[in-house]
Amino acid sequence: MKRFLQSDFLYDFSRSPVTIVSFAVVVVMVLSAVLAGVIAPTDPFDPAGLDLMNGFTPPMTPNEFTGETFWLGTDDQGRDLFSAILYGLRVSLFVGASAVLLAMTLGVSLGLLAGYAGGWVDTIIMRIADIQVTFPSILIAMLIFGVTRGILPPAQRDELAIAVLIVSIGLSEWVQFARTVRGATMVEKEKEYVAAARLIGLGPGQIMRRHILPNVLGPVLVIATITLALAIIAEATLSFLGVGAPPTEPSLGTLINIGQDYLFSGEWWILLFPAATLLMLALSVNLLGDWLRDTLNPRLK
Amino acid sequence: MSIVEARGLTRRFDLSDPWVVRMLTFRKKRILTAVDDVSFSIEKGTTYALVGESGSGKSTIARMAVGLLAPSAGTITIDGTNLNDPALDPATRTALRRRIQMVFQSPYASLNPRWRVGAILAEPLHAFGLAAGRETARVAELLEQVGLSETDARRFPHEFSGGQRQRISIARALASEPDFIICDEPTSALDVSVQAQVLNLLKRLQRELGLTYLFITHDLAVVATMARRIGVLQHGKLVEEQDTIALFAAPRDPYTKMLLDAAPRLHPASATGR
Amino acid sequence: MSAAPLLEVRNLRVEFPTRRGVLTPVDDVSFTVERGEILGFVGESGAGKSMTGAAIIGLIDPPGRIAGGEVVFDGTVIGKDAAALRGKHIGMVFQDPLTSLNPLKRIGDQLAETIRLHLDVGAAEARKRAARSLEEVGLDPGRLDAYPHEFSGGMRQRVVIALALAAEPELVIADEPTTALDVSIQAQVLGVLKRICAERGASVILVTHDMGVIAETTDRVAVLYAGRLAEIGPTADVISNPRHPYAQGLIASTPTVEDAAQDGELYQIPGSMPRLDAIPPGCAFHPRCAHAMERCRRERPPMLEGRAACWLLAEEGA
Repeated sequence: MKRFLQSDFLYDFSRSPVTIVSFAVVVVMVLSAVLAGVIAPTDPFDPAGLDLMNGFTPPMTPNEFTGETFWLGTDDQGRDLFSAILYGLRVSLFVGASAVLLAMTLGVSLGLLAGYAGGWVDTIIMRIADIQVTFPSILIAMLIFGVTRGILPPAQRDELAIAVLIVSIGLSEWVQFARTVRGATMVEKEKEYVAAARLIGLGPGQIMRRHILPNVLGPVLVIATITLALAIIAEATLSFLGVGAPPTEPSLGTLINIGQDYLFSGEWWILLFPAATLLMLALSVNLLGDWLRDTLNPRLK
Repeated sequence: MSIVEARGLTRRFDLSDPWVVRMLTFRKKRILTAVDDVSFSIEKGTTYALVGESGSGKSTIARMAVGLLAPSAGTITIDGTNLNDPALDPATRTALRRRIQMVFQSPYASLNPRWRVGAILAEPLHAFGLAAGRETARVAELLEQVGLSETDARRFPHEFSGGQRQRISIARALASEPDFIICDEPTSALDVSVQAQVLNLLKRLQRELGLTYLFITHDLAVVATMARRIGVLQHGKLVEEQDTIALFAAPRDPYTKMLLDAAPRLHPASATGR
Repeated sequence: MSAAPLLEVRNLRVEFPTRRGVLTPVDDVSFTVERGEILGFVGESGAGKSMTGAAIIGLIDPPGRIAGGEVVFDGTVIGKDAAALRGKHIGMVFQDPLTSLNPLKRIGDQLAETIRLHLDVGAAEARKRAARSLEEVGLDPGRLDAYPHEFSGGMRQRVVIALALAAEPELVIADEPTTALDVSIQAQVLGVLKRICAERGASVILVTHDMGVIAETTDRVAVLYAGRLAEIGPTADVISNPRHPYAQGLIASTPTVEDAAQDGELYQIPGSMPRLDAIPPGCAFHPRCAHAMERCRRERPPMLEGRAACWLLAEEGA
């Protein structure tokens, strides 16, 4: 702990105001998402709690029929936008983080395998990766999403929508992890400590897991952070296009989708607040990722 | 009595382009013979030095001698057992592996930076089932044997100087209680005064534990006081092999002569033939 | 023109501010380089030998800075304008020849460009001179149109020497010029450097960790330890009769092909060079010194008898 407090890492952090602000924004957003149930005045996922009369209430203004006031106004269904954003944030962050976890696990394993084994194993894995990156990842995600939905029975579609979303985004983002880890593995496996491990008879599995993996994880952390921003945006995009989170559990993307219908009829707040939240979240996560990359990899500055 | 025997050791590397590229460009296969028919034997408890410049194949021989690389032709045997015999049963192979260890060139790349020194030294103990139940004591013993202290087990490699790291590397090699250690340029990355410490340590351990060394180096001066016998490599071939004193007094091969002449001396005036 | 030394460095001090305090990789170093002589800088890693060379030509990377002392070149104090002397008056050769050569340009063009930058000659004349300088370093002048990658390591280092000497500088600073090379090629490269300097009357500062290279090449040698000058004097004297215990240890622990008959242990200095953030007070070498006295722990010894910074010399004199 003492070593951490004196580290260059913390020192660099304290010297970068942008990073501190980004970090604070992310922490506040994660906390509000986790504590949404406590903070939010209403439960936006509960259809019974909605009063259609409250629809289209502008921010900070009493509703002309019910007299209720909402901080950020309400949407077409009379849902409190503030609560909806908190819950939407929760869906977005959960989907984003889970998708990154999936992409990371898959990418790191495949990259490690390709880099260490080399030969045809490497060729097959990396050619698949090459083919995949020629398509935009959002297209891949939509494809996987569509196919998976097609396979599932209609009854379970909404139930499993979130899981399907995670798998689609996760599978569309593993390539970056695999490529980085493969490169780092190819460097590490030539180092003499790996030769020393082979000398005492350790098998490839043990060498990859115990020796190489801890030494290639540095850049993975950076990519994970940057990918988190991408995954959150991918989720929002899919939801915005109406193929993501179901309307019963709106994510930030769903809310933006609802909002854009009313932008030109004067109900600007329905679009603006969810969009601003998404922007701030994605931007902060991205800035954090950039800083991490610069700090952990001084050569890339 | 010799413990290590290399007979007709040869290693070729295929440097050709991939098959598809070759078909398209009509280029032939390119084969590099890094080690070409090298034979030598090492007496038990002595040091045999292989000396050569870059590209001489000395490191390739080192990797074949520990079993990290299979020879294209020829054999290397330890106490009569062929290291690369495919018919070797796993138990014999493990037993043989325990007896051969290596000290590497780079004090930086040879220790896993994420592992504490204690874990690095305990790994061979676990792998060979040695010192079961008393690993900590054995690790402390190893550290003291190479002139470090017991408390160093809790530290990470980056907390040590180059010379200390090389001592840790030596301790790791000693952990499996080997008879034969290949030293691949163990001091070429070290400062002179530290080099002397490490060379003296290797000598002391040889005396105390009866170790046999194969010492790989580009520097004749380093092995002048280390080796009983020296083999000189040029382009993968052994061009000369003599006992150390005889080799320095009367080199037979012109290449050895050139190496000796080119080696910087502290008292240039005393150099013969200048 | 005069008997004044070509280069005089007085009390040079280089500092690197870090957040854990100021490091001093070069601390109060003074020496002179006479015209036509080869001065060697020898020391182990962290001794400050490369940094001293870099400071002379103003090549210290920020945040490092020259914090004290004077560098007098050919009678003129050089400070911020050190960069102007580079190339024209002071040539440089580094350990890795690839960092000094542009891989995308033919070596002839690189040589001619350097010549025209510093000397007032036309293109044709510059090319003629470039060919001549290749010949001087023992390369075929017909290879002017070759690219750096077409040469072997030793030949590339000779090209770099040709490049450093192209503008006919008065001083060449060679920082570990042969460390990356095989012994057989090292001898050739050092030979070329020595011969050309003798022919042109140029001076050389040769920075190396190898005592053997010093013995074979230099006229005088400066032994550095922890950023400070430990001993300086004529090479043959220093090697046969070192006065500073560190120089004694360094020389005694250097294995040479002359030792073949001996089967004893090498002389070893205990411990290792202190890190820059932990240089001991008094004489920096005292914790490793067999002769350390009370005074060594307290007071930093000055350069005594113009030879060694060691209190033992004061004792002997008393």
